[in-house]
Amino acid sequence: MEWPGLYNYWIAIFLMMAGLYIVIAQQNLIKKMVGLSVFQASVFILYITMGKVTGGTAPIIIPGDDVLYSNPLPHVLILTAIVVGVATLALGLAIIVRIYEAYGSIEEDDIEKEEENAR
Amino acid sequence: MMSHLPALQVVVPLLSAPICVLLGRGRFAYGFTLAISWVAFVISGLLLQAVVQGGAISYQLGGWAPPWGIELRVDLVNAYVLLIVSAIGALVMTYAKPSVDREIGAEQEYLFYTGYLLCLAGLLGVTITGDAFNIFVFFEVSSLASYMLISLGPNRRALTASFNYLIFGTIGATFFLIGVGLLYQMTGTLNIADLAERVAPLTGTRTVQAAFVFMVVGLALKAALFPLHAWLPNSYAYAPSVVTIFLAATATKVSIYVLIRTIFTIFGVEFSFGTMSLGPLLFILAIAAMLLGSTVAIFQDDIKRMLAWSSVAQIGYMVLGLAFATVNGVAGGILHLFNHALIKAALFMAMGCVFYRMGSVRIEAMAGIGKRMPWTTAAFVAGGLALIGVPLTTGFVSKWYLLLASVESGMWWIAVFILISSLLAIIYVWRVVEAAYFMPSPDGAPEGEAPLLMLIPTWVLIIANVYFGMDTRVSVGVAVDAAKALLGGGS
Repeated sequence: MEWPGLYNYWIAIFLMMAGLYIVIAQQNLIKKMVGLSVFQASVFILYITMGKVTGGTAPIIIPGDDVLYSNPLPHVLILTAIVVGVATLALGLAIIVRIYEAYGSIEEDDIEKEEENAR
Repeated sequence: MMSHLPALQVVVPLLSAPICVLLGRGRFAYGFTLAISWVAFVISGLLLQAVVQGGAISYQLGGWAPPWGIELRVDLVNAYVLLIVSAIGALVMTYAKPSVDREIGAEQEYLFYTGYLLCLAGLLGVTITGDAFNIFVFFEVSSLASYMLISLGPNRRALTASFNYLIFGTIGATFFLIGVGLLYQMTGTLNIADLAERVAPLTGTRTVQAAFVFMVVGLALKAALFPLHAWLPNSYAYAPSVVTIFLAATATKVSIYVLIRTIFTIFGVEFSFGTMSLGPLLFILAIAAMLLGSTVAIFQDDIKRMLAWSSVAQIGYMVLGLAFATVNGVAGGILHLFNHALIKAALFMAMGCVFYRMGSVRIEAMAGIGKRMPWTTAAFVAGGLALIGVPLTTGFVSKWYLLLASVESGMWWIAVFILISSLLAIIYVWRVVEAAYFMPSPDGAPEGEAPLLMLIPTWVLIIANVYFGMDTRVSVGVAVDAAKALLGGGS
């Protein structure tokens, strides 16, 4: 398979690295959560893309008809992972709300400063 | 009924969580959670008995045969991990009531117990399942619950600690997920036993190697192996006492267990330590963790934080055992996994008692506590001795096996590092002893012991530490058998 044939993997890898970079580089907690979501979404794409069979359709088997179908299992797995991702995002945002109430900021620097002052 | 025990082990605590929410405020939530914790303990005891007598149990969820369906698999290794997780859970819940009453408002108590049940269900699920994707899902069930539990800590720093743990934990779990995905891509299976067979001929491919790296790094993050331990000290230091006890004794241990499964069962010794040369890397990281964790622990004024750094060092010991990839080494690692759970739970329980009376676990608060809370302090000292590895305690047994392994492998210099790290442990335990016994109590310091309900579980664990330190037949026998099974290529 020539190079462009694997472009979906390149997209997944790019999103993965971009998401991870945002998580590390950003000071703002909400932006960190965005980065984390991008990172997780890249893994969803990785799974979905590996289940795809070129020319394959939905896995509905009609007796007597030889259907070429995509592997449905990665899709099912990733439905579970999406639910996990949503729960993580919701919990993360809920904790950010509590952090904002406690510190009056969601910037890491300000939280550190606030903590130093309180000491 | 008996044949469904593996499923019940996870299902009982999992379904109890929503029931606990419905019970709402009042006494019932606690009583219910306590009962469920003990039920889980009894189930894991029965499972262990069945495994010891009749060999590994395979349970097919919904009657779908593996490798298509999800398999719950209990063998000698995870039967013991299940037992230790549920035993700590049962003891922690027995202990919890006074501590939770003090540290968490009555309004939120039932939600706290719900979170605990979910965390327990997740950890038991990770341990019992024979399906790689299932491990990820249960990991997230337990992790999400533990982020919530940590954020309930009395100090507002608990919130930032919990958030950091959420970021690290999610990245770790997602790395594991990527690894599982790559393996699925190559083998088309998720069942661990089936994976082990199908990975073997594919070990030359880049995809399998990448999967290995992703899984090991993700699990190292989850297990807080140096240098990926950044989330651990704050999470343990600021979480409510009960949560710290439970997580310190179980969460990282379960991650280490999955690491063992990944390295030895799925990929096999030859690939992990031959092709990927994991050995030297694990040695360096483990020794760095032992030295750094113990050294930093000496300089902590918050005792919970000190114990958390000591946990970083102890995880180093466990990984060190795995790095040898010999029977004695792996047995030492597994032994330390069990022993450290007992030791750290006892120490954190003693700290919970101190916090209950004093409202602080800083070293200043410990001044003269030996006279005012003799039983609590004695428990801390006994636990500290086990942590150092004094003979006749559990800590000695596991360190002995690690020493044996290092001499056996001709790497006697590793024994030196084990001893140095133990000496450092003497220093940080001594600091507490000094404050507790040799400093005068400040005026007006609160008098009186912790409630009996908290002292009894603490002492049960201390007695267990001494018992398993003297009678090593059961624990060592199991660890050696488990190590042989793991090194012999699957079980």
